[in-house]
Amino acid sequence: MHRRRIILSIVTAGAIAGALAACGSSGGGSSDAMKAKGPITIWYSNNAQEVQWGKAMVASWNSAHPKETIKAQEVPAGKSTEEVLGAAITAGTTPCLVFNNLPAVTGQFEKQGGLVDLSKFSDGNSYIQARSGSAADQYKSANGDFYQMPWKQNPVMIFYNKDIFAKAGLDPNNPDLSTYASFLAAAKQVTSSGAAQYAIYPAPTSEFFQPNFDYLPLLAAQTGGKGLIENGKATIDSPDGIEVANFWKSIYSAGLAGKEQFQGDAFADGKAAMAIVGPWAIAYYGDKVKWGSVPVPTKDGIAADKTYTFPDAKNVGMYTSCKNQGTAWDVLKFATSKDQDNKLLNVTGQMPIRDNLATVYADYFAAHPAYKEFGAQSARTVDDPSGPNTVAQLQALRDAYTKSVISGSGSVDDAFKAAADKINKLQTQK
Amino acid sequence: MSSIRTTPAAGGSTAPASGRKPNGGRGPNQAVKPLRQRIFGRNPLGWLFSAPYLVFVIVIFAYPLLFAIYMSFFDYFFAAPGANVDRPFVGLDNYVTAFTDPAVLQSFANVGIFLIINVPLTVVLSLVLASGLNSIKRFRTFLRVSYYVPYVTASVAIIGVWLFLFNQDGLVNQILGPLAPNPSWFVNPTLAMPMIAVYVTWKQLGFYILLYLAALQNVPTELYESASTDGAGRVRQFFSVTVPGVRPATVLVLLLSTIVGANLFTEPYLLTGGGGPNGASTSPVLLIYQQGIQQGHPGYAAAIGIVLVVVVLIIAFLQNRFAGDRDS
Repeated sequence: MHRRRIILSIVTAGAIAGALAACGSSGGGSSDAMKAKGPITIWYSNNAQEVQWGKAMVASWNSAHPKETIKAQEVPAGKSTEEVLGAAITAGTTPCLVFNNLPAVTGQFEKQGGLVDLSKFSDGNSYIQARSGSAADQYKSANGDFYQMPWKQNPVMIFYNKDIFAKAGLDPNNPDLSTYASFLAAAKQVTSSGAAQYAIYPAPTSEFFQPNFDYLPLLAAQTGGKGLIENGKATIDSPDGIEVANFWKSIYSAGLAGKEQFQGDAFADGKAAMAIVGPWAIAYYGDKVKWGSVPVPTKDGIAADKTYTFPDAKNVGMYTSCKNQGTAWDVLKFATSKDQDNKLLNVTGQMPIRDNLATVYADYFAAHPAYKEFGAQSARTVDDPSGPNTVAQLQALRDAYTKSVISGSGSVDDAFKAAADKINKLQTQK
Repeated sequence: MSSIRTTPAAGGSTAPASGRKPNGGRGPNQAVKPLRQRIFGRNPLGWLFSAPYLVFVIVIFAYPLLFAIYMSFFDYFFAAPGANVDRPFVGLDNYVTAFTDPAVLQSFANVGIFLIINVPLTVVLSLVLASGLNSIKRFRTFLRVSYYVPYVTASVAIIGVWLFLFNQDGLVNQILGPLAPNPSWFVNPTLAMPMIAVYVTWKQLGFYILLYLAALQNVPTELYESASTDGAGRVRQFFSVTVPGVRPATVLVLLLSTIVGANLFTEPYLLTGGGGPNGASTSPVLLIYQQGIQQGHPGYAAAIGIVLVVVVLIIAFLQNRFAGDRDS
């Protein structure tokens, strides 16, 4: 009986060891795939306007390329696109192209061997740089290559509700929100007048991506164009970084922003007078809110045409599981052509990451003046880094922020210094 | 409880209770058994019948657990099939990091608070309510279904209701008026985890009531009758007949509620916005999710997971040792 068990145990252990070893094995990619042509699959966001653009783009391509057709669908449901993609990379079930790549996870996907190096295409670098100009540089990976095609952005600005501002006695057409002091004064006037319960309501939750919609836009503005990492070091414990954190802390400690997660959209529901968001939300707000927009504030105020912000960009990734990468590259260029970018802008109101956007599509901005500021702002954006540990770095920032800024627990300096140390340590890890 | 011991029938495969020859050596017949019989026994068909469950256990439980142990000793990350990646062996580094990471230590402390509140509350409430439901005659089905509804309802839907009830301007705070906590329930570092414990207790209660109701059907009514004859009131009967009578179910409830509690994820993820405030409701599984899935460090996440498994096993052993019936 015992011997039998021993034999069985050895056989089972051997089988499992073999399986584990198989999991640890690795192979290599095929460069032939980069030239291969044929049908491909793509995924795009489930945002209604993007779906509309995506379907039209696919139909246009398919009618002209019957042998290299595109099969398109929305990104499968999951907690987030990033998690769906991470799992799909491991399973080898990614499509050829995903039109919804978060720049912050690009380094992670690259490390997983999931992304095709677009710079390896003969016209890869030249096409990307010709289209996006110097704005493309921040989307390069550590080795200087592009593992993502800079596609479109939603420069984050301050939206304000004109009706609430008028009710609070603030100028609804030209409110002064450019400095921390004027922003705070306006925020206090909104709440003290009873025009709205809160002045602004950024999501106070702990997810890693939330700094993109409160802290980092103001950091980019305050520093004149610096992001989370500069020259390999965290910027959040710099005097400007601490200044931004203390500004938000004063907002929360005065009760001008909600500390609980809100079920719904606080701005659209009139719970808050301001929102910090990009132009994608305009279609969502529709006629519900009469809104205006201004650049994010800085300590002493910076001219609008010199103010930086976070781009809330989504790029396009080509995945290594793609068999017909030659076609995928052609589709990528087609989908980011001047004509398709124009259609994207018209259908979604989101800004293609294209050099001289405001002049290239001058007709659009003339016809849609509300978008003009976003078009101008899109030339001055700073995105998250594209390293393999960016998500962990953003989470370290968020943890420090929720503790010292939102909850007001402990010193901002100490929390941000500790977070900066952690971010710097992660920066050195491959 | 006593178990029935059967004597193996002639030709049966069940070994005698002693399981060993008096001299401790090998019997004369065993030396000539063919290899097939030595591996698969005298009834190989038994393996066929048990194979589906065996395969299920190996594929769903054993393999992932062993793979997690393997991962925890490497700088492991998930990669595309065929990708040429480096996953160096790091020895105990992941475990050292886990034991020195304040976030990990806090998450285990958080889940400790959760278990201290949730497990006793679950056992007491489910037993008391099951006893009540077992004794009433009117509205029995309605009440049983009522307690079961939260258990079968999706957490995401119920969490929306709880957030509505317990937010700063919610119904509960409006009733409490000046007694309402500030900061409010789910953004209060002191109250967040106890609130999650209460929520999970409430949500899971229907399932544990069901377990106790099943166990109560096995408590002989004669015991209640004789206790009543001896002058025991309802309370004495509860403690002297019901509680000992459902002891195996109590052990099961203890174990299950501990395991479910230790695997806490959905509630801190949704109810407190990702483990807030200040990580006061972060659970080890939420950290595993952040590290393993979001941040691309599954090797480190696996180490936290293995530590969690060991901690849960120790708690389960202690529960079984002190609450279980050692004779059964």
